[in-house]
Amino acid sequence: MSMFRILDVAGSAVSAQSQRLNVVASNLANADTVAGPDGAAYKARQVVFQTALVGAKGAQGVAGAAGTGVRVATIAESTAEGRRVHDPKHPAADAEGYVTYSNVNPVEEMVNMISASRSYQNNVEVMSTARTLLLKTLQIGQG
Amino acid sequence: MIPRLSAALDFHGQALVLRAERQRVIAGNIANADTPGYQARDFDFASALRAATGSGAAGQGIAVGVMQPGGRVQPTLRYALPAQTNLDGNTVDMDRERGAFVDNAVKYEATLRFVNGSVRSMLDAMKSHQSP
Repeated sequence: MSMFRILDVAGSAVSAQSQRLNVVASNLANADTVAGPDGAAYKARQVVFQTALVGAKGAQGVAGAAGTGVRVATIAESTAEGRRVHDPKHPAADAEGYVTYSNVNPVEEMVNMISASRSYQNNVEVMSTARTLLLKTLQIGQG
Repeated sequence: MIPRLSAALDFHGQALVLRAERQRVIAGNIANADTPGYQARDFDFASALRAATGSGAAGQGIAVGVMQPGGRVQPTLRYALPAQTNLDGNTVDMDRERGAFVDNAVKYEATLRFVNGSVRSMLDAMKSHQSP
């Protein structure tokens, strides 16, 4: 029954998008971080999506019963240079008096967040439509 | 006798299976709206239904003796042509997909009602109509 696959597909997308929101949240939280536990400034992270087949073990031969879901392949770290500010009085300043902040761009992160939340909403809508249709299918011959 | 009873339901049954199939394909497109390099898929419902029911002309209604358990004809998936290109190679057009999704959901429900209608009229025909 391919209707049940829809819930798997949309569910995988919802979980991937929520992971993306998570990464955005941790980037925004660290927007002004000077140094992490390793001494280096925080680097912005970005999720990389990849198509993943869900429910491929369907016994029926209905049009390749697997659905095309999505998963987070890797979380890539940005290699951009961190923001350098001249502030000799800062405790984390280097020998030249510069402080290296994280390379997070808050504007980019906000845009990323809006995009992720829209995609999340779309997939939730897909799930609720599939649920309605499934419930109506269960009532065949009763009305 | 029994095959002739169920033959009336075969056509709409096939249509229902294909509608569910198309719903799944579109849901996959929506899920992969942000996946780099993903190519949106879809299939032509009319020709897929014609291939599944074996009826030559569209709108022929009842197809007889084409329902083989487990051996359904697979619809050929095609690639959607993007209206606007994307730098990451993703060809999902969200407006198109949402439109297709709603359209397909409504038609799925319509097919459900057709099935319900034929079940009801069949049950009506089986009842003994005695005047009260």
